[in-house]
Amino acid sequence: MLVSDELRIPIVNEVDIVEARRGGRALAAELGFGLSDQALIATAISELARNILQYARTGELIINVAHNGTRKGIDVVAVDQGPGIADPDRAMQDGYSTGAGLGLGLPGTRRIMDEFQLETGIGRGTRVAVKKWVA
Amino acid sequence: MSARILKQGDILIGSIHAALPDADILRFQTELAERVGKHRSRAVIVDVSGLDVIDSFTARTLQDITRTVRLKGAEAVVVGIQPAVAFAMVQLGLFLDGVRTALDLDDGLELVRDGLLDRHARVG
Repeated sequence: MLVSDELRIPIVNEVDIVEARRGGRALAAELGFGLSDQALIATAISELARNILQYARTGELIINVAHNGTRKGIDVVAVDQGPGIADPDRAMQDGYSTGAGLGLGLPGTRRIMDEFQLETGIGRGTRVAVKKWVA
Repeated sequence: MSARILKQGDILIGSIHAALPDADILRFQTELAERVGKHRSRAVIVDVSGLDVIDSFTARTLQDITRTVRLKGAEAVVVGIQPAVAFAMVQLGLFLDGVRTALDLDDGLELVRDGLLDRHARVG
């Protein structure tokens, strides 16, 4: 895969989680992230994909190379047209979950990535954009 | 499926060799519980050294395996968490509460054989 390639992975069933993780990790390795960061990125992708399946049923993960001057990084966007999050502030608290999860997905993902952006609203779906820069 | 369960005396060793889809992890959990009963196993060692990610779902399943096995009268030890995976788990906030862990299969077997689990694993 070329580093410039955009990776779009439809998230429709749980097998796609594994696929998204694998794609994200491969790109992270190619960008020069170390093993620890690769594991962090793969874990974040896993949580984002899982959130889609659990709350919106279907959605998409878009993985790209991020640029900032000479810095490179990985850019992961998770989008869905699901019900949206009623209380985003609360969804960002550790241990809060309206589903069957451990409630670590979003706050955990924010912790392990360098940049985190959440756009959501009832009936508007959810878009989570995260970035991590190569150290 | 990239998971295998081996019987070694009164110990069961379940190994996950590669990232598994959720349904396969759940099947692995069910089969472990069934075989603990069938073989009257005293302990179960779950080797996760083949996993390059342990996310919240996998972590919860490992906790569930521990609890299920314990309800069947055996003890469980999770072994082989890769260093990078452990680091990511801590960052994410996954601590595997109630799950006994050991460095690798050898250490896990030693724990089981020395009967150390019975004394230390009372959690959760």
